[in-house]
Amino acid sequence: MDGAAGHSSDDGPRTAAGAWAVDENAPLVTRTRSEREGPVLDHTPAAVMDRKALRINPAKTCQPVGAMYAALGLHRCLPHSHGSQGCCSYHRSHLTRHFKEPVMAATSSFTEGASVFGGSANLLQAIDTIFTTYSPDIIAVHTTCLSETIGDDIPTIVSKAREDGLVPEGKHVFHASTPSYAGSHVTGFAAMVAAMVNNFAQAPSTKVPRSRRRESTPQITVVPGFVEPADMREIRRLTRLMGLEPTILPDTSGVMDAPQTGTHDFYPSGGVTLEELRNLGRSVATVALGRWASRAAAVAAENRCQVPREILDLPIGLGATDRLVGVLRRRAHQEPPADLLDERGRLIDLMGDAAQHFHGKKVAVFGDPDHVIAMTEFLSDLSMHPTHVITGTPGAAFEKRVTQILAERVPGAKVKASADLFLLHQWLKNEPVDLIVGNTYGKFIARAEDTPFVRFGWPVLDRFGHTYFPTVGYMGAIRLAEKILDALLERRDRDAPDEEFELVL
Amino acid sequence: MRKVAIYGKGGIGKSTTTQNTVAGLSEMGKKVMVVGCDPKADSTRLLLGGLAQRSVLDTLRSDGEDVELEDVRSAGFADTMCVESGGPEPGVGCAGRGIITSINLLEQLGAYDESENLDYVFYDVLGDVVCGGFAMPIREGKAKEVYIVASGEMMAMYAANNICKGIRKFADSGGVRLGGIICNSRNVDNEYELIEHFAKRLGTQMIYFVPRDNNVQRAEIKRKTVIEWDPACGQADHYRNLANAIDGNDMFVVPAPIHTDELEGLLLEHGVLG
Repeated sequence: MDGAAGHSSDDGPRTAAGAWAVDENAPLVTRTRSEREGPVLDHTPAAVMDRKALRINPAKTCQPVGAMYAALGLHRCLPHSHGSQGCCSYHRSHLTRHFKEPVMAATSSFTEGASVFGGSANLLQAIDTIFTTYSPDIIAVHTTCLSETIGDDIPTIVSKAREDGLVPEGKHVFHASTPSYAGSHVTGFAAMVAAMVNNFAQAPSTKVPRSRRRESTPQITVVPGFVEPADMREIRRLTRLMGLEPTILPDTSGVMDAPQTGTHDFYPSGGVTLEELRNLGRSVATVALGRWASRAAAVAAENRCQVPREILDLPIGLGATDRLVGVLRRRAHQEPPADLLDERGRLIDLMGDAAQHFHGKKVAVFGDPDHVIAMTEFLSDLSMHPTHVITGTPGAAFEKRVTQILAERVPGAKVKASADLFLLHQWLKNEPVDLIVGNTYGKFIARAEDTPFVRFGWPVLDRFGHTYFPTVGYMGAIRLAEKILDALLERRDRDAPDEEFELVL
Repeated sequence: MRKVAIYGKGGIGKSTTTQNTVAGLSEMGKKVMVVGCDPKADSTRLLLGGLAQRSVLDTLRSDGEDVELEDVRSAGFADTMCVESGGPEPGVGCAGRGIITSINLLEQLGAYDESENLDYVFYDVLGDVVCGGFAMPIREGKAKEVYIVASGEMMAMYAANNICKGIRKFADSGGVRLGGIICNSRNVDNEYELIEHFAKRLGTQMIYFVPRDNNVQRAEIKRKTVIEWDPACGQADHYRNLANAIDGNDMFVVPAPIHTDELEGLLLEHGVLG
């Protein structure tokens, strides 16, 4: 029943004193913070207890989400979740909540029978249905807890599908192993990108002569990591500015930020193509941005096609972007163009102009390891103090790297991998900070502790537009610095007594 | 109704012993149901006169969830009720999950209801308690008593000891108890004393010593229990005795598994040195 019609016909007209009455002159939001009921996380205890298995408010999600996102960055590829329906539904909807885009993916729809007899029949049926009905060029299968635990042998099932003629000529099925009880969405992403390389990259049959290589623009592979479509687009722009032709692997730009054209494309125009994947061996190098999300693919490319690898941090902030530009400069045998140096100059200008607002501010950072490592370095370069740094993804190398970055400026920083947001909140109760930087899940802590909060990383479920603006490169750093300043100065204005409420800051 | 689970090392003779014992109990006028919990689905072959049974899981797979009890249960020798869980082909899927699914389905279908007037349910379980699925028959108060089939061979005793660890684990929550060790003789030196001593160490008893007799193999080739094949032979009486011993058993314990060194010591004491 239509709600509006219901009000007038069933409930009768509303009087000015009635429950539905609205004062049209009142602002939409009237309640102030002090009037609100206690925030959700008011009861987090400050005393930290040693926990082993229990995770409260985890700072990660499971491998298949990452695998699904990576597969969406392959042109005309349909991700396929080999497991029960719920896995696939959750992963699709979670990606949609962040990107505000439809996410196409199929599932093996395991039943009780499939769990006992194995998922072979389901996957064969799925492959048949998918190619007949949805005609992708590639199906990227990722496993789930259930199919991993019962030990389904995907390569055998896929070769059976080929023998049975279920895979049309020129079409492909490949897989990555992504049980949720290992790693995190970041390692799932890494596994899927590595699987792309392992299944499609070819060693160049003949070496291109050095003279001919000089004539054309050299090709370089960049594995951008689990970043926004806009970041991937920005990395492409940066690489081209440096005189190299990039293959971005994977590339969700044009897929997860596809424009509204009035017609729905089941497979949008973006994504790395099969042709590009096959030609990875022609690249002068594979640049992996972020050890956790991208290293595996770069190692695979080196093993399969003898393309040398460069493992860098995500180019978030000044230092990390400088290092990327340095590697591109070396590989392109070309100096950075003036335009790029100008971007860098503008970033340094902003850092200097606002230094008094950054200086010495304490920050808590959480999220995915590659993001957090790069952000920690950037905050430190802004002369801020990242005092609490966690990731939910496992890996002792994280703690080592972050501690190393902070060794001089914040020697007492608390750093932990495989941690959760409950622990971070407890730390903040004991040692408050001036700013929290992390994904949407941090908003509850920010509210409970009344601390300024900058949304950064994945997922951002409660804001819009973030997929269109990069955080990588010099321009991305300018944007992040602006967001941080906005959060800090908004708070300063809010809390300033009238006599200190300044026009100019 | 007494619910009994039979465990033991693979190939030790669990299915043969179970079916012959069940034949003995049925002959005594007891109403017995046998649930085979082995993907090979050969736990009721001797009672049914061949592999005539559609397994629960095969039926579930082909007919969907509209399964009737009569689709998966057949009457065998002396009105025994025979059910096979079945399971995936070797090397695929999850046999353990299959047992869970199958037992849950039998419960839903009312196979254990009062109206069935069962005196005994026997679960014949494959090999060791390798995972949660194979522990299903002794979880949540399903089978209350377990008999382990063993022989005087090292690996059979090692497996029996391991199964005791599984029983111990579920003893508190599910209330399962060990009823004894059935020695299925392999003609090992001093086997009787060895298993009797071993059982004592575990805190239980050797409930019966079944001697080795080729009549068992002869009956098997004819797809029959010994009691059906030659009711007058000596081995048939041994199985009748075992059935009687189980029917009159009142010793149910939480076993105390022993350390491997101790187990090896037992073997040296009774076997090699004996």
